[in-house]
Amino acid sequence: MTAKTLYDKLWESHVVHQEADGTALIWIDRHLVHEVTSPQAFEGLKLAGRKPWRVQSILAVPDHNVPTTDRSHGIADPVSRLQVETLDQNCADFGVTEFKMNDTRQGIVHVIGPEQGATLPGMTVVCGDSHTSTHGAFGALAHGIGTSEVEHVLATQCLVAKKSKAMLVRVEGQLQKGVTAKDIALAVIGKIGTAGGTGYAIEFAGSAIRALSMEGRMTLCNMAIEAGARAGMVAVDETTIDYVKGRPFSPTADQWNAAVAYWRTLHSDEGASFDAVIELKAEEIQPQVTWGTSPEMVVGVDGRVPDLSQAKDDVQRGDWERAYAYMGIEANMPISDIRVDKVFIGSCTNSRIEDLRAAAVVARGKKVAANVKLAMVVPGSGLVKAQAEAEGLDKVFKDAGFEWREPGCSMCLAMNADRLEPGERCASTSNRNFEGRQGQGGRTHLVSPEMAAAAAIAGHFVDVRQIV
Amino acid sequence: MQAFTTLNGLVAPLDRANVDTDAIIPKQFLKSIKRSGFGPNAFDEWRYLDHGEPGMDNSVRPLNPDFVLNQPRFQGASVLLTRENFGCGSSREHAPWALLDYGFRAIIAPSFADIFFNNCFKNGILPIRMDAAIVDELFREVAANEGYRLTIDLEKQTVTTPSGRSIAFDVDAHRKYCLLNGFDDIGLTLRHVDEIRAFEAKYRIEQPWLFNQ
Repeated sequence: MTAKTLYDKLWESHVVHQEADGTALIWIDRHLVHEVTSPQAFEGLKLAGRKPWRVQSILAVPDHNVPTTDRSHGIADPVSRLQVETLDQNCADFGVTEFKMNDTRQGIVHVIGPEQGATLPGMTVVCGDSHTSTHGAFGALAHGIGTSEVEHVLATQCLVAKKSKAMLVRVEGQLQKGVTAKDIALAVIGKIGTAGGTGYAIEFAGSAIRALSMEGRMTLCNMAIEAGARAGMVAVDETTIDYVKGRPFSPTADQWNAAVAYWRTLHSDEGASFDAVIELKAEEIQPQVTWGTSPEMVVGVDGRVPDLSQAKDDVQRGDWERAYAYMGIEANMPISDIRVDKVFIGSCTNSRIEDLRAAAVVARGKKVAANVKLAMVVPGSGLVKAQAEAEGLDKVFKDAGFEWREPGCSMCLAMNADRLEPGERCASTSNRNFEGRQGQGGRTHLVSPEMAAAAAIAGHFVDVRQIV
Repeated sequence: MQAFTTLNGLVAPLDRANVDTDAIIPKQFLKSIKRSGFGPNAFDEWRYLDHGEPGMDNSVRPLNPDFVLNQPRFQGASVLLTRENFGCGSSREHAPWALLDYGFRAIIAPSFADIFFNNCFKNGILPIRMDAAIVDELFREVAANEGYRLTIDLEKQTVTTPSGRSIAFDVDAHRKYCLLNGFDDIGLTLRHVDEIRAFEAKYRIEQPWLFNQ
């Protein structure tokens, strides 16, 4: 029998039909839905007189437009409000399970799926959101889809897809203290570029990955899309199974035992072949800071902004020149000289309990620097928020001068009221530093939660390894 | 979906790599619950000098004269020529909706991000991958020749330059079939409804825990 990759196993177990050119229909186990990319899909369904094929497979939540401040008066922006109300109405019309804005289980779709056990090993998971790759952390095949595909999955429970190539990213060794899954993700992107994973599904493996918690694995798989790969994944192990056990949507009793027996087969076989293999040594990874307007424009915290002589070609030189100008920085500038105006700890990349604990360790007993106008912590879900409050983390942050907010996507993409003003510079635990991503003219530097907290306290980037 | 068969179109050059979908259509316009009307806000932050919000009268906003699509010679373009990794980032289908509404029916680049590439085919836009060296030549030809047009034939899988040079391109058979005929996937998929039902029945026995909720 040929050795199979994890991706082979997940793919093959879901193929419903295959055409001669390799185009397949694959069965979808879990369909996560949010308010931004679903209204046109539900509208299409209604116009065609169709119903969801398997309504129990759908879990919906508003996250992009919701305010992170007091919600008792609803959403102030009428356009945002309409979008959330449209989701509520569509879910009511079709009988879809939804955690509404004021439900304590509400949160970022990629935080609540795993938190509820709605994401399970072996599943195919889709959502009209590119960061659906997050769920691959569970040994699932998970990727973002467009709105036409959201409608297609609603109507048929299947997705039209072609198998990707398989890439193995192996990280062996032990991370230094203060170096996190976020730094692994950014280091990988720095190495292969934002298009390096295009056309691939990435499996992350090696001893450094095995040592990561589920939160860390989710952070890593979340960023697979920033390397160009629609799907990232990690094999199932005891860490996975322990995390899933006892969650509201998880199987119980006999079904649990049968499920676990199957899940233990979800790893790449010895000798399985990959189309590409990338290797990193964990010890060599530094805390990462992006300096430009693409996640691949990244260096270690003790590095400098690269100069044009290091660019690979004219196209990249042009991109870097535009990035220097947009970011208001210069070539060869030390990263530690970059001062920040705002700090954002949150997003589907880094808003889980472990992220908040790590940031709180750095913030405890300290004060946000005077030059930092706003430092905010936005938990990934109502349950993460409650857990953090039970541990007193909210008090640690508030005492240090951080704002403690309600859960949602918030300033990762600034669709709600949380945004940067033109020219403002932000240390952010989110996933994209594109021009205008956090607000028109805003300047984003992507970092880990520890690094963001340290930048808030120092007022500029510092090496968190010197602190923790 | 509008079918794509042949196109003879004016070419506009966007000489940047890694153009992301946030740049193609900024987030504030994603609050719409419609599929149409995004064209006036395509590339909003590059195209206008002021800050755009939904509901503004875009016809009176100050245009950025330095942005290539604002140059008179590229008005009416339906072919976008650009650089590698076009459409990276967010999966928002509002990006192809905005490009289509602006008037683009074909995009030529050395590479595209996967989700964006896929979304184009669902909306009657043909994304064409071409060698970086050929894309470079096309950029030079566009710059040198005002009114530069390309003829694209999906059936024959060729792009023809004004000098008569024919460049072949690849496209998946399934995607080509759908685009040539203007078919959307749901109708095609539902032709396999018996297979889907059979899969579901078998799967429900094998992994019953997936059918609890």
